[in-house]
Amino acid sequence: MSQEPLVRWDWIARNWANGGPTAISALLENHIVMAFLPVLFGLVVALPLGLACVRWRWLYQPTAAVMNVTYSLPSLVLFSIFLSVTGLTRSTVVIPLTFFALAVLVPAVVDGLASVPDPVRQSAVAMGFRPVRRLLRVELPVAVPVVLAGLRVATVSSISLVSVGALIGQGGLGNLFIDGWQRQFYTPIVVGIALIVLLAVLADGLLVLAQRLLTPWSRARRAA
Amino acid sequence: MITFEGVTKRYPDGTVAVDDLDLEVPTGAITVFVGPSGCGKTTSLRMINRMIDATSGRITLHGRDVREIDPPTLRRGIGYVIQQAGLFPHRKIVDNVATVPYLLGWSKKKARTRAMELLELVGLDPGLAGRYPFQLSGGQQQRVGVARALAADPPVLLMDEPFSAVDPIVRASLQDELLRLQSELRKTIVFVTHDIDEAVKLGDTVAVLRVGGRLAQMAGPATLLTEPADDFVREFLGRDRGIRRLSFISAKEVRLRPAPSDLATDEAGRPLGWRTGDELAAYGTFDPESDSLRAALDAALLSANGVAVAVDEDGRVRGVAGRDAIDELLAEYAPPPAPSPAPSPPPSQGSGPAEEAPA
Ligand SMILES: Nc1ncnc2c1ncn2[C@@H]1O[C@H](COP(=O)(O)OP(=O)(O)O)[C@@H](O)[C@H]1O
Ligand SMILES: [Mg+2]
Repeated sequence: MSQEPLVRWDWIARNWANGGPTAISALLENHIVMAFLPVLFGLVVALPLGLACVRWRWLYQPTAAVMNVTYSLPSLVLFSIFLSVTGLTRSTVVIPLTFFALAVLVPAVVDGLASVPDPVRQSAVAMGFRPVRRLLRVELPVAVPVVLAGLRVATVSSISLVSVGALIGQGGLGNLFIDGWQRQFYTPIVVGIALIVLLAVLADGLLVLAQRLLTPWSRARRAA
Repeated sequence: MITFEGVTKRYPDGTVAVDDLDLEVPTGAITVFVGPSGCGKTTSLRMINRMIDATSGRITLHGRDVREIDPPTLRRGIGYVIQQAGLFPHRKIVDNVATVPYLLGWSKKKARTRAMELLELVGLDPGLAGRYPFQLSGGQQQRVGVARALAADPPVLLMDEPFSAVDPIVRASLQDELLRLQSELRKTIVFVTHDIDEAVKLGDTVAVLRVGGRLAQMAGPATLLTEPADDFVREFLGRDRGIRRLSFISAKEVRLRPAPSDLATDEAGRPLGWRTGDELAAYGTFDPESDSLRAALDAALLSANGVAVAVDEDGRVRGVAGRDAIDELLAEYAPPPAPSPAPSPPPSQGSGPAEEAPA
């Protein structure tokens, strides 16, 4: 191999927005969509599912078991399973990743509701809250910090897992790895890693910011 | 008025927490449920606002069976304070206090105005209104809990060991504050505690419960101290009942005589000490207008010559009382003679059901 620099900036400049589907910017956009949709869908499903698990306790054990088994499967296995159903589309990545997000978010919702201190719940009852209002006005808001912590884990792991989809051609920035390995050309690999890390850090930072804004009341409680 | 009529609570696991409880909680007064841990105090309290439903018997509030009232509606008319305050951590203090007014559909402005009044009423700096609960001390949180319970001006207040988790000094000030509030508000208060001193200090009536949820005795604090119904109550009351009982007798009636010349005072008439040669010896003071006979006796015991110095609210000498004067009053308030040997009628003050009129 010749003495090449690790990063060839001219390659990045040429490929950032070359108009084609393999442009770095297009891959980045793809990556963002495929990473965030599962978290979004996951949250939408995890909220009612988590509530149901709290309401009917017997539901939690089997739900948690299914989630854990799913989580233990290598993502590639899930992708292959869905490949036969949804073909070479984004859905083949988004659907399995939604399951991964669920595996984190359902326990987060359940733990979040369990984190509501007993005296808080009891004084809500004693003040005369009816169940639905109590849930919406007291229990869910108090559960927010724990749910947000789960959301951070789900988001960051979703951002990293999307790359595995590159093996079926739907990996967003992960496609840069395949490209780089195949050509023994490191620039795309470095670019891919850098952008994924950047994306993860940025998303996590935004969620921390959201947490600060949404729950100003919980900051010092953790310090205490 | 709240009445318990043959109320029993048996939990699904078979524990009988309250057993055939009959009692009346008078309107406008503080009734304390006191007893050792696990004797069914919390269960009894929560059956009033239906956080727990009785297994049998009935509880009435203002003459209505509580089971006829929709629980949330019932609860919005009953203030409730618990040990850990149970403030909503995600709401500012002002909104915590305004909780029930919001539930009752008051406008935000009206509810918050009311909340601010209450913060002042319970002795909190209005500047705390915009804080979150975690930014307050335990004692402050407890005051907020009381303010929240009072927000919609409910006629009835239930308090479950509200001051047990704070340190003794803060607890004493919260107790004094409650008595001051009550002298203005005249709520019907049911107060639960395991601390007999707190019960005796706060209660107009004290109901002593024993484990298994049975009523051992119900009486005014002074009666309870002088005439405990049985060994259980006597033991629970602890030591020094005789002395403690003096707290319930006003020192107003102590006969004062003019201060003798050996009591040195400053220009304003405040005592400096008893003259003994060149020295000034120790003295004790009491204010007959606001203090109890216990304070008067204490003042006498603290004086080198056994003579208590009576002062007014500004600390100026009004007179003195020797042991003879204190003794006179002690004799007047001596406990009634023991009813057992003589065929005299039983004490007229209501005691517990354990006492029966002789046949
Ligand atoms: N939900 C419950 N299920 C079973 N037993 C209970 C329950 N709540 C309380 N108990 C029992 O009932 C008794 C009275 O409890 P409680 O009213 O909390 O007493 P206290 O407030 O006087 O300490 C105790 O023996 C307690 O263990
Ligand atoms: Mg209790």
